[in-house]
Amino acid sequence: MQNEPKHLLFIEDLKKVYKNKVVLDDIDLAVSKGEFCTLVGPSGCGKSTLLKLILGQERTTSGRILMEGRELLLPSDSIGIVYQKYSLYPHLTILENIMLGKQLPVSLWRSFLKKKAIRLEAMHYLESVQLAEHADKYPHQLSGGMQQRVAIAQALIMKPKILLMDEPFGALDPGTREIMQVLILELWEQNRMTIFFVTHDLEEAVFLGTRILVVSQYYTHETNGKQGVNLGSRIVSDYALNRNGASSPQIKETAEFGQLIQRIRNEGFDPKQCQTASEFNLEHFDSFQTFG
Amino acid sequence: MRNKKIWFFGLYADPPVLLRVILALLPFVLLAVLYLAASNIRHAENPHDKLLPTVSKIVKAIENTGFKKNKRTGTYLLWHDTLASLKRLIIGIMSSAVIGFVLGLNMGLLPGINNLLMAFITFIANIPPLAILPILFISFGVDELGKVMLIFLGTFPLITRDIYLAVKKIPEENIVKALTLGASQTAVIYRVVYPQVIPRLIETVRLSLGSAWLFLIAAEAIASQSGLGYRIFLVRRYLSMDIIIVYVCWITFLAFLADFMLRKLISYKFPWYNLQRSN
Ligand SMILES: Nc1ncnc2c1ncn2[C@@H]1O[C@H](COP(=O)(O)OP(=O)(O)OP(=O)(O)O)[C@@H](O)[C@H]1O
Ligand SMILES: [Mg+2]
Repeated sequence: MQNEPKHLLFIEDLKKVYKNKVVLDDIDLAVSKGEFCTLVGPSGCGKSTLLKLILGQERTTSGRILMEGRELLLPSDSIGIVYQKYSLYPHLTILENIMLGKQLPVSLWRSFLKKKAIRLEAMHYLESVQLAEHADKYPHQLSGGMQQRVAIAQALIMKPKILLMDEPFGALDPGTREIMQVLILELWEQNRMTIFFVTHDLEEAVFLGTRILVVSQYYTHETNGKQGVNLGSRIVSDYALNRNGASSPQIKETAEFGQLIQRIRNEGFDPKQCQTASEFNLEHFDSFQTFG
Repeated sequence: MRNKKIWFFGLYADPPVLLRVILALLPFVLLAVLYLAASNIRHAENPHDKLLPTVSKIVKAIENTGFKKNKRTGTYLLWHDTLASLKRLIIGIMSSAVIGFVLGLNMGLLPGINNLLMAFITFIANIPPLAILPILFISFGVDELGKVMLIFLGTFPLITRDIYLAVKKIPEENIVKALTLGASQTAVIYRVVYPQVIPRLIETVRLSLGSAWLFLIAAEAIASQSGLGYRIFLVRRYLSMDIIIVYVCWITFLAFLADFMLRKLISYKFPWYNLQRSN
């Protein structure tokens, strides 16, 4: 592909095999700057695996992943991540957790000298997730929703080129979840971030994303006609959603919203409805498929 | 009926404060009464009984060992012995803690090091330390080094394995996250993993102190010129139960004190440690 550097993230012909189980197969994906990609798919289809590959925590079996044209060999500060759990360090206070990203890259002595400035900056990020008054508490003293907000602030202070999120709101109750969704949209707008967001909640995916990727193992292979679980997952649909600014949760009530969710459910989540690869719904303008 | 508090019996018993204190003290009181009664009976039969000395004899033993210079050695026996024993105990357990910590930390994080050492440490851990005491005395001498080595060999495998497990229990997410926050691999070890494992080290040292005392007293009983264990086994020859009882109580108190202080140290310095485990 000649347009590589144009994209922030570029994945070509990616394949990932664990022992003899093919998890991901023929993944082609280009992500532009500023996009809010949501990734959905059935449980076990390899969503977390894809994030690990992008992060550099795992090696691809074949194919390549480029961040701004360069391959990543280890997790580094150019990519941020927020997990469903375990993003925070139990031995540090909330503020210290956020400061960590400014302290770890420099020597102990330097971070000691700059402590005041770092503290101020961290406080700013803590305010942006509305938790300033909890600065001196420990993570276990906060509710799940608050912990996730801290985790987001902790990642944001690094100003990562791309922020990966693996079911970050998966353990939250519906009310808190919606508040968090609005918050992440606001932060995305303010900071002009690129986000790659994994969820198994279709409503959340459609509400948040400017682009929705459906990854699934339920499709019919174009050449050998095989179906179902023995196949590596692929991107089976790729939707572009128009969004002018952060939308309000009211759009979840509209008919269009419901129809899109139903469509995604049919295309990616129903083992009985397998499309062949040529039928994949890849309407996003960045979408491309190569067959290797 | 509903508001009635159950005092003692059953799953839902909720004794009032005073009763709790009384209950806690009861076994101690019973033991003391039992002892005094038995001692009295024996002394009624034979005023020179040595097996169960009276309270006054025990007080006398405290005076003689703790507050009077020993005529033969010119020292206060109890303090002299305590100092000698504590020195061995502390050096032994500290070297176990340091070495166990470094090994456990590296084995938990670095698969290469783990491969190199795990089988070997499991092997050492399965040697009964007292069985090789003669070897230790022969190779390290019957002086201080031999005793310290016994304590060290008896406690460090457990500490190593415990730290190893504590490191393994840190979720991988936690470590990947540190890398995305710009940490180098060294920084991950010393600024993310290390501070999370330190309280666990104190805890495992606390639990290892029991066996450390055992090895200390065993080593002192066999070959020594001073020490709490040495004294107990020395005066046994003269059937000086009064001194033995004083020494045993003193050792128990020291062990309790160490345990208590280490527990307090954890809850004071690492307030997050016990709390985060409960949820
Ligand atoms: N280290 C590994 N070794 C072997 N198999 C693995 C490994 N990691 C993941 N897998 C397998 O890869 C598949 C995809 O796992 P992954 O965690 O990426 O799924 P997921 O889409 O994130 O699922 P979920 O929605 O449940 O989080 C699963 O079948 C899993 O068993
Ligand atoms: Mg997952």
